[in-house]
Amino acid sequence: MTGGGAETINFKSALREAAIAGGLALLLTLPLIGLKTIETSHGLVIQPHFADVAVTVLLVFMGRLGLVLAATGLGWPVLAIAGAVTAAGWLVPFPTDALRWLDIAGGGVVAIFASLALRSSRVGFDQAERDRRMDRIGARLQDASRLIGPAAVLFALALPMLPFANRGVVDLGCVLLSYIMLGWGLNIVVGLAGLLDLGYVAFYAVGAYSYALLAQTFGFGFWLCLPLAGVFASLYGLMLGFPVLRLRGDYFAIVTLAFAEIVRMVLLNWTSLTNGPVGIAAIPRPSFFGIADFTNSPAEGRLAFHQMFGLDYAPIHRIIFLYYVILALALVVNFFTLRIRRLPLGRAWEALREDDIACTALGINSTNIKLAAFAIAGMFGGFAGAFFASRQGFISPESFTFIESAIILAIVVLGGMGSQVGVVIAALLVVGLPEAFRDLAQYRMLAFGAGMVLIMLWRPRGLLAHRDPTILLHVRKSARQQQAESEARG
Amino acid sequence: MEYFLQQLINGLTLGAIYGLIAIGYTMVYGIIGMINFAHGEIYMIGAFVSVISFLVLGAAGITWVPLAVAVVLVVSMLFTAVYGWTIERIAYRPLRGSTRLAPLISAIGMSIFLQNYVQLVQGARVKALPPVISDVIVIMVREDGFKVSISYLQILIILLTFALMVGFTQIILRTSLGRAQRACEQDMKMASLLGVDVDKTISQTFVMGAALAGVAGVMVTMYYGVIDFYIGFLAGIKAFTAAVLGGIGSLPGAMLGGLTIGMIEAFWSAYFSVEYKDVAAFAILVLVLIFRPTGLLGRPEIEKV
Repeated sequence: MTGGGAETINFKSALREAAIAGGLALLLTLPLIGLKTIETSHGLVIQPHFADVAVTVLLVFMGRLGLVLAATGLGWPVLAIAGAVTAAGWLVPFPTDALRWLDIAGGGVVAIFASLALRSSRVGFDQAERDRRMDRIGARLQDASRLIGPAAVLFALALPMLPFANRGVVDLGCVLLSYIMLGWGLNIVVGLAGLLDLGYVAFYAVGAYSYALLAQTFGFGFWLCLPLAGVFASLYGLMLGFPVLRLRGDYFAIVTLAFAEIVRMVLLNWTSLTNGPVGIAAIPRPSFFGIADFTNSPAEGRLAFHQMFGLDYAPIHRIIFLYYVILALALVVNFFTLRIRRLPLGRAWEALREDDIACTALGINSTNIKLAAFAIAGMFGGFAGAFFASRQGFISPESFTFIESAIILAIVVLGGMGSQVGVVIAALLVVGLPEAFRDLAQYRMLAFGAGMVLIMLWRPRGLLAHRDPTILLHVRKSARQQQAESEARG
Repeated sequence: MEYFLQQLINGLTLGAIYGLIAIGYTMVYGIIGMINFAHGEIYMIGAFVSVISFLVLGAAGITWVPLAVAVVLVVSMLFTAVYGWTIERIAYRPLRGSTRLAPLISAIGMSIFLQNYVQLVQGARVKALPPVISDVIVIMVREDGFKVSISYLQILIILLTFALMVGFTQIILRTSLGRAQRACEQDMKMASLLGVDVDKTISQTFVMGAALAGVAGVMVTMYYGVIDFYIGFLAGIKAFTAAVLGGIGSLPGAMLGGLTIGMIEAFWSAYFSVEYKDVAAFAILVLVLIFRPTGLLGRPEIEKV
């Protein structure tokens, strides 16, 4: 089917394949899209949307036909038609916006495939070649990260001073950095220790609620609560770890998920402590290291930030301050991870990830090592949670659902497990893109789910899954050299 | 005593529904060793298809209940089977033989996608359907007037589940498809060397599991009368718990696990607190995995180095 360009074009089989795809699309969409249930005052009624179904089926049919024909050597016509179809997305009226996006995206994908087929006279690449290409890119990026890393940090430091940095940009920066920090934290468990944790959001929740409750009940300040939140989250990690760490693989994953759900349900139902589904509001904001407050009119005997530095009062001061706090926290996590990979503990983690049984045979106490990973990653999750609570000023169990865990895990896995740069890139993709396209908010999670599947299909080991050996026998060579050597060998 | 009996009946009904979903998990895990995270969403889609088909049948004037229920069951099974097949084809088959994590992540993505797809096309609000079967048989009456009753619907659910269980066990034990499935479960490479079409067998496993989840979706629509796009997540995790509890890979185990979970949930809500019933189910999962990871009827997994 995916033969060379010289193959004769078999319209009949192409049409058949496209018809199968179209028929399948018809079956999939007919009940759910075609017959919409509408709530009215006298019960549910059906509202037919057959035009939507017809357009979907047509698009799927054409898309499949285009892919098959492009593979059998009809690159140019397919490219032209796909381009026209994509353009039609803007010009022709569609029944719904979702179909318009499907048309544009589908046309674009077919056009890309067709042009790829023209260049290499076949469709796409096979898995091995794709992997090799991406590995090379990954290795190059890893190599360049020694330059890119500091540059990115400098950019992040300078961001609030840049001319385009309004409140929205800095806020987005805060959100992004929160997720980057969470990704780096989870990376310790998933990427280094190789334990698939589907309930990382529980640590986040424990941290957030610790801060909110401590600050409201005892009036503790942010800078006292931050370490306490870390301690509580890491205690939770230990508590969870003792029973759970005997399990492995998928069972482990599902139990962490179960624990996270238990935490959420306790938060939801223990109304006397957590205020239940209503959540906790009016959580105190962090002060400037306990010295000054970010208000226009400080309380008696307190200093205001703008007075201290002789500035005019502006609400953005606090946001910029928060931005620097989360930046510092994230960098601490990153620095910690980079350094601990060279310590015995970090090496034991990576060894455990590669071979559990061999490690036990070599006398590594795997339970303790895994517990350490849990506790440390939990602590960072707790920090992030405390920061989240103080930035939002309001928390409720709604913020700590499974979907959050899935987003954080997606960041780690899509980035390529164990890769620090990969986490940043994946966070930009997973969180940054949807935030940037806020208008399409209702398609956000739809695209997120589809994206997760597609990236896994395209590159099962994550975008930048390049494993740099931590320990080298002799001299430190650049990653690219190693890559070249291993290619020469293999 | 009467109260206990009533809860037993309710628990059995609930457990039958969980058991049907659990079979899909257990068969898929048995054959390719992955948690089909999107399985709960198939059940949700089954529930939606059943609501839609009930409405269509009502509009078409077919109101004879046995016929309507039968048609809805068949239609829901058909559509969920198509969904099951497509999901396997798109999201899992290309990842076979890849890293262990990849199919799980892909499944989580699929689950999120399907949830939001249904939310988008059918709306986020709760769909309520008037009861289709509402007759009740009173079994016992306590002195203070508390009635122990079993509804026709509950009888239907329990009997249908039982029949499907027997039928599917026979398929696994006696047909060539079942033999192929068992062969793939034991050794996929060897099975393919001996001429078993592994891809086809796995597809058929997904289709079977999805059809059963579709039946569970119909049952839950009739039993509770309200559904929304989010029901798949919790039911999915509970059914997975049931599969693990019974011993993953074992069909009777899945049913047994489902009944246990259903019963625990019913009794917990009746005697302790309704709010923490889900916590109870998860706590069971954790306890079972820690103390008896092979489940009630499972075989111990031998690990080779």
